Amino acid sequence: MSISGFIGQLFAIVLALALAPLLTGWVNQCRAWLQSRSAPPLLQPYYMLHKLFQKDVVLAHNASSLFRTAPFVIFACMLLACAIIPSLSTDLPFAPAADTLALVGVFGLARIFISLAAMDIGTSFGSLGGRREMLVGFLAEPALLMVIFTTAMISQSTSVATIVETLAHRDFIIYPSLAFAGIAFTMVSLAENARVPVDNPATHLELTMIHEAMILEYSGRHLALIEWAASLKLYAYSCLGLALFFPWGIAEKDNFLGLIGAIPLLLGKLAVGGFALALIETVNAKMRIFRAPEFLGTAFLLAVLGLLVRLLLETRV
Amino acid sequence: MSADIPLSAQLINLCASVILLLAFAMLAQRRVMQLINLFALQGLVLCLSTLVVAVTTQQHHLYYSAGLTLALKALLLPWILHRLVRKLYVKWDVESLVNVPTTMLVGVVLVMIAFNVAQPISILSQTISRGTLGIALAVVMLAFLMMITRTKAIPQVVGFLAMENGLFLAATSATYGMPMVVELGIALDVLVGVIILGVFFFQIRDQFDSLDIRHMERLKDN
Repeated sequence: MSISGFIGQLFAIVLALALAPLLTGWVNQCRAWLQSRSAPPLLQPYYMLHKLFQKDVVLAHNASSLFRTAPFVIFACMLLACAIIPSLSTDLPFAPAADTLALVGVFGLARIFISLAAMDIGTSFGSLGGRREMLVGFLAEPALLMVIFTTAMISQSTSVATIVETLAHRDFIIYPSLAFAGIAFTMVSLAENARVPVDNPATHLELTMIHEAMILEYSGRHLALIEWAASLKLYAYSCLGLALFFPWGIAEKDNFLGLIGAIPLLLGKLAVGGFALALIETVNAKMRIFRAPEFLGTAFLLAVLGLLVRLLLETRV
Repeated sequence: MSADIPLSAQLINLCASVILLLAFAMLAQRRVMQLINLFALQGLVLCLSTLVVAVTTQQHHLYYSAGLTLALKALLLPWILHRLVRKLYVKWDVESLVNVPTTMLVGVVLVMIAFNVAQPISILSQTISRGTLGIALAVVMLAFLMMITRTKAIPQVVGFLAMENGLFLAATSATYGMPMVVELGIALDVLVGVIILGVFFFQIRDQFDSLDIRHMERLKDN
């Protein structure tokens, strides 16, 4: 483990913690602009977190220890994901801890804990949200895995760092398979991050909510951790998407200047990505929950098509 | 690895992939108007792909083929279909399909079969675009599937036309297109076919007050 790698790793984690709420704020602001509402301040998520950390925790009488530990587990999972995904540099000492498949597992672990915690109190909304979350999750996961298989086939490795290095170093080749995978990944990210076509993060309308229904019982620092974890998840998915499909400018081993240069580039890419997300959320309407399988089925289909097209067109026998 | 594929072949592969994607989009599309627009788009991409093959290989008759595709499949046929839809008042016809995800999964299986069947054939071919033969076959089979699963008349005709798109792509990718006479013949056949089917639509609707062809299963000689 080199010193520069260690610094890069530390830096990536700190940046993820600091930037994630900003990304959420930016998306909310873009959404407000596009819908010609007056936008909340860019730093609103930070104020929110600050306020929630100050407040006392109110627990239900029948809350078990699972309910109390879940926010920490979820937060840790998301932080680990942010540490593994190369946002600034591919030289990450933590990266061997989990390849892309294990990364999907880390997201899955967080999902299981948030669903269990939602059902722990026994309110109807919690169970409803938990069940819906599992429905969305079990449909989104195979699609995400297929996307990852496509990129792994191009780079002959399932390690995130190797995939990104291979993709960043290739000659200019049009990969139709990557285009398919990119669309599928966007659809999966929308579903996983509780965004508009599948879930609306700004609503507390009982019939439609998924993510909000699960965290209704949380308060104080628990809620703050979950909100922060949700921001980190959005950040992690954005960074994963950028690393897989727009990998240019990510620094490599022993390249300290590249690390510095990668920061403004990452900020720029995230700003554009956040705007694109807000645009998608504005032009789409939230669909009925029973349409979600169709939506995610399409994502799975696209990912499988990408894999097949990769096999047919891009390998020469 | 794929580093030795020339740029033109990459462009052809991209076009073929988009055609495949559009075939799936048509399979999933519930609304008639959007279905026709998707078909027009598929024709446009097919024309582009033919143009790329023509420019790369300097096969002059492919320019005419591309022009014919553009005029017929991207402009004229969609226009005729749009007119038909307007005249038949089925613009907002929403069709209940047999469970879209299931259809899509069947479609994916068909694509796998098509790719595997086409693999040994495309090795024999010497053309630059031989890789897309599998996609062409897949488009034909998806169009078949669309004709089987649809119950309304107009989507069935669109499926028929999409099948012709697939055959055209197959011809281009395997042997740089069919002889001009054959191509012109097919183009005219398709055109005449659509016009005759248009007349049929009016007859069907007059008879049954609907374009649902399931009614025709109950026809009897009395």
